[in-house]
Amino acid sequence: MKIIVCVSLVPDSTTKVKISDSKKSIDENGVSYILNPYDELAVEEALKLKEKNGGDVTAISFGTDKSKEAIKKAFQMGADKGVLIKSGSPDFDSYTVSKNLADFIKPLNPDIVLFGKQSIDFDGLLVPSMVSELLGIPCISVVVKLDITDGKVTAEREVEGGKEIVESTLPIVIGAQKGINDPRYPNLKSIMAAKSKPIEEIAATYSGNKTEITEMNLPPAKASGKIFVNGKDDVSELVRLLREEAKVI
Amino acid sequence: MQTVGTYKGVDYYAIDDMLTDEEKSIRDTVRDFVSEEVIPIIEEYNQEMHFPMQLVPKMAELGIFGPTLPVEYGGMGINNIAYGLIMQELERGDSGVRSFASVQSGLVMYPIYEFGSEDQRKKYLPKLAKGEMIGCFGLTEPDFGSNPGGMITKAEKVDGGYVLNGAKMWITNGTIADVAIVWAKLDGKVKGFLVDKGTKGYTAPETKGKLSLRASVTSELVFSDCFIPDENLMPNTSGLKSPLMCLTQARYGIAWGVIGLAMECYNTALNYSLSRIQFGKPIAGFQITQEKLAYMVTEITKAQLLCYQLAKLKDSGKMRPQQVSMAKRNNCEIAKNIAGMAREMLGANGILDEYPIMRHQNNIESVKTYEGTHEMHTLILGQDVTGLSAFE
Ligand SMILES: Cc1cc2nc3c(=O)[nH]c(=O)nc-3n(C[C@H](O)[C@H](O)[C@H](O)COP(=O)(O)OP(=O)(O)OC[C@H]3O[C@@H](n4cnc5c(N)ncnc54)[C@H](O)[C@@H]3O)c2cc1C
Ligand SMILES: Cc1cc2nc3c(=O)[nH]c(=O)nc-3n(C[C@H](O)[C@H](O)[C@H](O)COP(=O)(O)OP(=O)(O)OC[C@H]3O[C@@H](n4cnc5c(N)ncnc54)[C@H](O)[C@@H]3O)c2cc1C
Repeated sequence: MKIIVCVSLVPDSTTKVKISDSKKSIDENGVSYILNPYDELAVEEALKLKEKNGGDVTAISFGTDKSKEAIKKAFQMGADKGVLIKSGSPDFDSYTVSKNLADFIKPLNPDIVLFGKQSIDFDGLLVPSMVSELLGIPCISVVVKLDITDGKVTAEREVEGGKEIVESTLPIVIGAQKGINDPRYPNLKSIMAAKSKPIEEIAATYSGNKTEITEMNLPPAKASGKIFVNGKDDVSELVRLLREEAKVI
Repeated sequence: MQTVGTYKGVDYYAIDDMLTDEEKSIRDTVRDFVSEEVIPIIEEYNQEMHFPMQLVPKMAELGIFGPTLPVEYGGMGINNIAYGLIMQELERGDSGVRSFASVQSGLVMYPIYEFGSEDQRKKYLPKLAKGEMIGCFGLTEPDFGSNPGGMITKAEKVDGGYVLNGAKMWITNGTIADVAIVWAKLDGKVKGFLVDKGTKGYTAPETKGKLSLRASVTSELVFSDCFIPDENLMPNTSGLKSPLMCLTQARYGIAWGVIGLAMECYNTALNYSLSRIQFGKPIAGFQITQEKLAYMVTEITKAQLLCYQLAKLKDSGKMRPQQVSMAKRNNCEIAKNIAGMAREMLGANGILDEYPIMRHQNNIESVKTYEGTHEMHTLILGQDVTGLSAFE
């Protein structure tokens, strides 16, 4: 089975993000980066498919040199090959990412291309479906359970208030959602082996961008809480505020 | 998904900058393992006085048993910084879990690799690495702790093997061990034997009533006319020096391990002191609290630097056992102080099992005692710098 998993590097979710002076990007000082947690699920699913069906797993990232870290993490989990499609600029939109990934993936004719359903930095939720469209193959995203038997794909998706079972065929693009698996800890063996796995670097094929970030702002600071001190005399005011301001009842 | 990033350790001096990517990756993978698999369950096991056996295959899968050994014997060929960081992370979870790994790696796999025959290496090491076998190390006796050279357990040569008689005490993993490394005197000279579980005349009852290291199995090993075949004598030992070489390995791991214990106590106390309000402000804002926090973070940082350079010495083959004594002695002492201060800072909450501190505080009592007491390491250093032995 030819398995591709696309990975990206995102700021650690515990980082306190600051906006840079240009207001168009985040200030990278002091930010630590991790493999996008949804991509971790995709890597795990890729490895499980390989363990079941044989074949190999190639981890691909589009980005700057820094993105090699995401590929290295995939190596540490057990991916066999790694490719960095190198972006000339750090500013790229979801279309640029998708176009470059699709251009590279198409001639490889993979059986399956796995993604995290979204990356936790820009939350675009666009790349898996764009890539599938550009490749001309089906896409199932927000998948919480995946079964592939004899070329037939059965996926369980999360939908509002329930589950949806979807069937399709290979080749396919899958977007992984929390719950699909429990990603392995990279073990010492794969961490040591990752050292000697080379990352192939290739040039980007497209850099046009179809959208542009004009401004970034932090969410407004949380207003301080309100404390009621007069016991039962405050109840009617509390109920009014819960209804009219907080709109929770 | 993994909890990457939620626990950051303590790194006041940018020591991370001195670590390679690989060393950091190894630390982080063990860190995640401890956060997800050890910390949520360990308090219960501690109270029940059980070792969490289900962790053994998981630790084996991570590859942390005998990881510094060559690959052909089931090791990973990692360096001593990475090994130390593994110990640090395990002990952040619990000293009992770290003890299990220390014994398996430093006190069982190391001597089999170092003193065993090729057949013994092949027979035991891969299984120990995979966690399919558990080992223990029997040196201490009821009447000989700090002075192991006085041991009375003895071996007698008979046809086809040896007969062991005597008893060992305080042996970590004893009851659950598939193989025991047992040190005994043969014609007055200390030798190392591999005693397999089930050998006739060998029993390993568990020690009851411990108030420390409760999530670790501690046992007595009893040998009465216990026949050990010739092939179970480790051929390459050289007297008392051989078990002491093992202790150097294990002490090295402890020096790193207790940093993890200290970090956990410090972090818990720091967070608590920032949120606990007394006299209208967080107790972290009081000078006495800050004095404690400043001590903790300073001593943790010094301990890290001590271990870092010790690892460099070990990797380059220049490390002397006395240097390990310094790190073991110092780091256990400061970890004990830090655990005590953290306990105080939490007030009454500090005695509850909701917080890890009291368990760590109790555990450090064992860790400070085993592998050479604080006093013995003092005397080793004293002897080293003066040339005068105060104990021999
Ligand atoms: C939980 C636990 C697990 C253990 N696991 C193992 C194991 O796996 N294998 C193993 O072989 N052993 C193990 N031990 C034993 C441990 O190594 C010994 O307890 C330790 O060496 C101290 O020996 P002792 O308890 O007999 O104390 P003693 O030697 O009796 O010492 C008592 C006190 O006297 C002091 N003292 C002794 N001699 C001198 C001196 N010359 N000058 C000044 N002070 C001195 C000591 O510092 C100590 O404070 C374990 C112990 C514990 C508590
Ligand atoms: C087993 C047990 C039984 C108890 N029984 C009783 C009982 O029968 N009746 C009863 O009324 N209480 C009882 N107590 C409560 C006990 O008296 C309190 O725990 C104690 O007064 C400390 O208060 P605290 O736990 O809220 O800690 P905190 O007051 O929150 O103190 C936390 C830490 O901050 C430090 N600190 C606080 N203020 C300052 C400051 N200004 N400057 C510097 N440091 C400061 C403290 O010294 C401590 O180290 C009991 C406690 C225990 C553990």
